[in-house]
Amino acid sequence: MIRAVIVINDQGKPRLVKFYDYQPVEKQQEIIRNIYGVLCSRAENVSNFVQDSTFGPDTRLVYKTFATLYFIVIFDDSENELAILDLMQVFVETLDKCFGNVCELDIVFNFNKVHTILDEIILGGQVVEMSSSEVVKALDDITRLEKNPNSIVRVPKSISGWQGR
Amino acid sequence: MGSQGGFGQSKEFLDLVKSIGEARSKSEEDRIVLHEIETLKRRINEPDIPKRKMKEYIIRLVYIEMLGHDASFGYIHAVKMTHDDSLLLKRTGYLAVTLFLNEDHDLIILIVNTIQKDLKSDNFLVVCAALNACCKLINEETIPAVIQQVVELLGHQKEAVRKKAVMALHSFHQRSSSSVNHLISNFRKKLSDNDPGVMGATLCPLYDLIVIDVNPYKDLVASFVNILKQVAERRLPKTYDYHQTPAPFIQIKLLKIMALLGSGDKKSSEQMYTVIGDIMRKSDTASNIGNAILFECICCISSIQPSPKLLETAADAIAKFLKSDSHNLKYMGIDALGRLIRINPDIAEQHQLAVIDCLEDPDDTLKRKTFELLYKMTKSSNVEVIVDRMIDYMISINDSHYKTETASRCVELAEQFAPSNHWFIQTMNKVFQHAGDLVNPKVAHNLMRLIAEGFGEDDDAADSQLRSSAVESYLKIVDDPKLPSAFLQVICWVLGEYGTADGKYSASYISGKLCDVAEAHSSDDIIRAYAVTALMKVYCFEKAAGRKTSLLPECQSLLEELSASHSSDLQQRAYEFRAILDLDANAVENIMPLDASCEDIEIDKSLPFLDNYVHKSLEQGAEPYIPENERSGTLNISNIINRNPYEHPAHSLRFEAYEVPKPVVPTKLTPAVTYPTDLVPVPEPSYQPTLSSGPISDAGSGSGSGSTELRLRLDGVQKKWGKPAYSSAAASSTSTIDSQRTTDNGATQSDNVTSKSREPRQPHVEVSEEKQKLAASLFGGRTARPERKQSGSAAGHSKVSRTTNHVEDKAQPTTVATAVQPPPPDLLDLGESSGAVSSYSSSVDPFKQLEGLLDLSQDGHAVTTTSTGPDLMSLYSGASTNGQNQNQNQNLNPLINEKDNMNGAPNPSNRTASLTKGPSLKDALDKDALVRQMGVNPTSQNPNLFSDLLG
Repeated sequence: MIRAVIVINDQGKPRLVKFYDYQPVEKQQEIIRNIYGVLCSRAENVSNFVQDSTFGPDTRLVYKTFATLYFIVIFDDSENELAILDLMQVFVETLDKCFGNVCELDIVFNFNKVHTILDEIILGGQVVEMSSSEVVKALDDITRLEKNPNSIVRVPKSISGWQGR
Repeated sequence: MGSQGGFGQSKEFLDLVKSIGEARSKSEEDRIVLHEIETLKRRINEPDIPKRKMKEYIIRLVYIEMLGHDASFGYIHAVKMTHDDSLLLKRTGYLAVTLFLNEDHDLIILIVNTIQKDLKSDNFLVVCAALNACCKLINEETIPAVIQQVVELLGHQKEAVRKKAVMALHSFHQRSSSSVNHLISNFRKKLSDNDPGVMGATLCPLYDLIVIDVNPYKDLVASFVNILKQVAERRLPKTYDYHQTPAPFIQIKLLKIMALLGSGDKKSSEQMYTVIGDIMRKSDTASNIGNAILFECICCISSIQPSPKLLETAADAIAKFLKSDSHNLKYMGIDALGRLIRINPDIAEQHQLAVIDCLEDPDDTLKRKTFELLYKMTKSSNVEVIVDRMIDYMISINDSHYKTETASRCVELAEQFAPSNHWFIQTMNKVFQHAGDLVNPKVAHNLMRLIAEGFGEDDDAADSQLRSSAVESYLKIVDDPKLPSAFLQVICWVLGEYGTADGKYSASYISGKLCDVAEAHSSDDIIRAYAVTALMKVYCFEKAAGRKTSLLPECQSLLEELSASHSSDLQQRAYEFRAILDLDANAVENIMPLDASCEDIEIDKSLPFLDNYVHKSLEQGAEPYIPENERSGTLNISNIINRNPYEHPAHSLRFEAYEVPKPVVPTKLTPAVTYPTDLVPVPEPSYQPTLSSGPISDAGSGSGSGSTELRLRLDGVQKKWGKPAYSSAAASSTSTIDSQRTTDNGATQSDNVTSKSREPRQPHVEVSEEKQKLAASLFGGRTARPERKQSGSAAGHSKVSRTTNHVEDKAQPTTVATAVQPPPPDLLDLGESSGAVSSYSSSVDPFKQLEGLLDLSQDGHAVTTTSTGPDLMSLYSGASTNGQNQNQNQNLNPLINEKDNMNGAPNPSNRTASLTKGPSLKDALDKDALVRQMGVNPTSQNPNLFSDLLG
């Protein structure tokens, strides 16, 4: 299970913090501080993985740097490190599609939207979507509806004849 | 949008972010945030706030809480917002509450109703939002309120809803499995959902269920295999592809599930072989995700019933991982290797150089993983090298968690595989010195016991040699002010027991050291107790030996100080010492026999020597003794009455009480009686052990039976080195002359002990040769073995190595001895190892030392490889660069590939963004200009703030 997705910038300021198992605010801050400390001390061209007890027992961490931001995922041993690395790629690609050349400011100012995107990809700590175009589609639906509440496509409740996508 | 800026947020929010971004210190940031909190507190409670405004306030609350400040004053407004009809506001509300609240928060109860309503909505996006919230907010108590609706939604028309319903049900199961146990069958049902996404989501709860109990799901093996096969054969819609890899997360989950189901189950495993083989063959090793699946296959192969063919494929895949330039892949390779060697230990040998590279890599993660691997592959032949390395690493790290773990692993390996006692003691010294407070106290007792018992009763010469070398090494380090308590206890005990045994050090020298210890650790009563008892022993041994004895002045003052100590234990020891001072040599020898710590003390619990005394007292009308546990409360009188028959002289005074003496009681009662009169070694249970075995018993649990305390739970260890230890003793006794000759040498050597042990292990310039030697010592070279056996000096040493049952391992330690560079400059080794090394240097030529590598280099170039070490390395690296170049590029430039990908599969919603690669300069400039317009200027403080993320 994925425990947390965190985005911090290269000065340690949190940009997006999402814990899938509840952590009190102070604990969250402590974890973020620890992570920042660890990531800062890591050289370039080393692996993207960190094992450190400070994030919780039996957890691993994968990080990836995009421009000024560290994208960090903390998870336990039911996930695969390399796959999580690609998951981050999907996340960032999706952000890029939604914001067009996404930059740190986009994430800061639209973090509610970023959360929405993340919710489409990871739900309850489990990966549910790997396709950024599917995520974008779902997001477009939501945005359309938010902008124009009357355009709701009402779907009948009966379960007859659905098609796959 | 009026006041709103281009990012959809108000200028106020932009200003907030900007000022926080420019804050020069944490305190400045805090000030800004606190001011913001004040503002929000005021504003948020104003009446009639427009909804849009309220939404922004909520967003700002989330933001300040993300920065670590308390926003709880606004939680209720977030809860209210979930009630709103507008989807935008509702979603914002849900987002805020999922971030703010945990499932047990009081406010949750106010949301449950809303969730219930929203789950019924005919707008599927509202339903989705509610299901998202369910995953985070519903706790055990509130599950019943929504469970019915969630289960109904499993049959919803929209696959997105079904998927989320599955995940919600899964999260309920995680919270409280008992409340959804009756619904578990739904997961099985959803496995056959038409939509692959829903099926994929179902794998998550099934995985968790299978982790808990495999058996109910054995029947699904065929289904899982079938699904995996279909996925691998690309039967899923293209939308599930990622980098041309079909549904990677589904594949990975399935492989994980299969690993669980196939473990120890031959029948199930056999069904899986084909599909795993297919996937491995088809896997795309150029892409990250392809390797992820490959790794998962290896994990699965190592978990299920082994198939030789698949193991071979897995070994090949691991080889590719390890040769890669990517640290990520190396890491996965090491991880995979660690899994596979459990089935096939030989596989590690092929990869020794790669493993050593990883060990020396600057990447700490990789290093740790490699140590984990080494730990798993330790055997008696390579334990010295591995533990040496682990200790060096342990010293270098600060993280106390890993330090403890490494220390206990060192101890574990040393106890299990120690080739000699000298080595064991030396290793323990290092572990104690650097992580003494972190290791289990039991280890200290093991060490004392080893020194006391030696290799076996027959070989006294070796025993005393071991002891004197231990004493010598301890005297060297005892002045270190930072020694951990447990280690100092061992040191005090050993110095007291054996400090003067070999006559090398004078009693006054040892006493001086012990006094220093007691003085330096005046706050630690246990250490002082050990020290004062050790002093007493030193004094007694001297006196018993008939030498002239006089107490050092510092010892005298220490005794005076302790006699007035607040600790009654210390007081008692001090008074005992003083009492002994007045006794004659003969009595002293009886009290404190030399080297008697291992002798069994027979305790006659009936205390027959008191019979006369008791009998007399009873006759004089004294009350009979009543055991403490029968003495309590109102039963007192009746007890005494009942006891009356025992008073009868006919019963020969066998009081039950004395059968099971409570240690405390007799101690208090008897010393006055026994002490001056009887000096026989069996006076009474608690006193004598204290004398002979030192303070161990007292330091332990305070219970009287010191001798049993000493023997506690040590049996396993004894077995480990009992027999072989004896033979190594034989070996070392043959080299006794050697050691005596080099005694002077040894003294100078030992001066360097502390400094040298900290030095890096590779003083040699020629790294690759060094590495190869290390490899040979870690993985063992086969060709080297027969040679060694024949070589003259090996005869003695093969004896040393009789540690294991494996005949083939016989000559291993000799290989190790040559390979460790430089030979550990250990004080204790001067008897055994230095002899060994010196004999090597004369009898083994340098080429032979490298022979371990011959069979590893796998071809006829062996000779050239040894002489041109670096070439071998470049050969390896050359191969790997070729193989992984592409991969490297991809890592550097991840997005480019991806975007190509997207272009390949045109998608209407894929806006024109597909255009140019990398950052669009124009876009960035536009954005920058916009930001400036709004008054947010990029400052030098945070110059990167505005650069494109993917640039």
